[in-house]
Amino acid sequence: MSVLTKAGVIARWAMLGLLLGAPLVPLVPMVAWSDEGTQVGIDNFKFNPNPLTVEKGTEVTWTNHDDIPHSIVLNSIGVRSKAMDTDGTFAYKFDKAGTYFYVCGLHPFMQSKVVVK
Amino acid sequence: MSIDIPDPDRRGFLKCMTWAGSAALWTVAGGIPRSHIIGQANAAETGFTFAQVSDSHLGFDKPANPNVTNTFQQALDYVTAMPEKPAFIIHTGDITHLSKPAQFDTGAQLLGATKLPVYTVPGEHDVLEDDRKSYLNHYGKGTKGDGWYSFNASGVHFVGLVNVMNLQGNGLGDLGQAQLEWLEKDVKGLSSSTPIVVMAHVPLWLVYQDWGWGTADGAQALSYMKRFGSVTVLNGHIHQIMQKVEGHVAFHTARSTAFPQGVPGVAQAPGPVMVPPGDLQKFLGTAKVTLVNNKTPLAIVDTPLAG
Repeated sequence: MSVLTKAGVIARWAMLGLLLGAPLVPLVPMVAWSDEGTQVGIDNFKFNPNPLTVEKGTEVTWTNHDDIPHSIVLNSIGVRSKAMDTDGTFAYKFDKAGTYFYVCGLHPFMQSKVVVK
Repeated sequence: MSIDIPDPDRRGFLKCMTWAGSAALWTVAGGIPRSHIIGQANAAETGFTFAQVSDSHLGFDKPANPNVTNTFQQALDYVTAMPEKPAFIIHTGDITHLSKPAQFDTGAQLLGATKLPVYTVPGEHDVLEDDRKSYLNHYGKGTKGDGWYSFNASGVHFVGLVNVMNLQGNGLGDLGQAQLEWLEKDVKGLSSSTPIVVMAHVPLWLVYQDWGWGTADGAQALSYMKRFGSVTVLNGHIHQIMQKVEGHVAFHTARSTAFPQGVPGVAQAPGPVMVPPGDLQKFLGTAKVTLVNNKTPLAIVDTPLAG
């Protein structure tokens, strides 16, 4: 993950704003700029969002919210995560544009894709 | 005998329901048959009985069952207290939840305390880590390939198959060519009157395609057993009882000792099902299998832990 994500930059500005006594204004863009676009949740055996579209160079993080372990298998690039228990995460940075189909290795009927622009 | 696997939709599933031959088994919401017998109801006491436990998921600690060690212990206590002392215990996989060494150790401890021989096949939860070494360290002795094996007991030929190493399609089990070739040879020399018991984690026949509840090359495996008069296939994986008798082949899936899973065609997903407090033991259980005679399938009695 790059050291300074958009959210990270905003958070730093927000901190600076707090220090300078302008507490709330810099916080507003944080919502719009949050990095939710790089997150995929797993709930009740479904990926969300499905599909996910990101910019080249983005790191995508999957988080398992189920009581059952899941894993991420990106077959076309030979990437397999370990099994993620509840609240477990897996992150992968997509450096090249393309469409990356993936499944859960334990429940391959769970299918989605990451579209990298 | 032929296995009818082509129809991957709900109709196919409903057909399975018919195969089970017992409406109560399937239609009661969260169906809890207290016991159900395949074959002759008055199973003769032949002195040869074994017990099946399955899907203990040691390490699971979520609300559906925060204490799976305790319910597994209850199941084993039930087995050791059976009046017709079982010759051994089979565990049809998902001994552990996450393949952790500590989870395997707990399993070995609890199973060992029964003082009964134990035969296992791995579930997909048992081979998540370490290239399946933790499983094979505990249960791989004397096995071939990924852990498959066979043995004879009281005139019955037992086969333990591994179908969780390379899930296919929607998650269907897979035996693979090497195991199929071994199996064909393994049963080749047996007399057709030898009763066969096949153990595997994922059902060998297609229960529900959408969730991958079947084995892609299961029909191939069963084709090697066409000539036998009594074949009993014991599976786990789906945490609920499903049965089918086809010709000389009886298929049976066991309850979990940990938590029930959703009913196909009803639940949105196959995750753990929360049941009302105090009711959990009604959904967990063990199976007792008795050799009646060598011309019919073995008699199977499922018993919940309570209720």
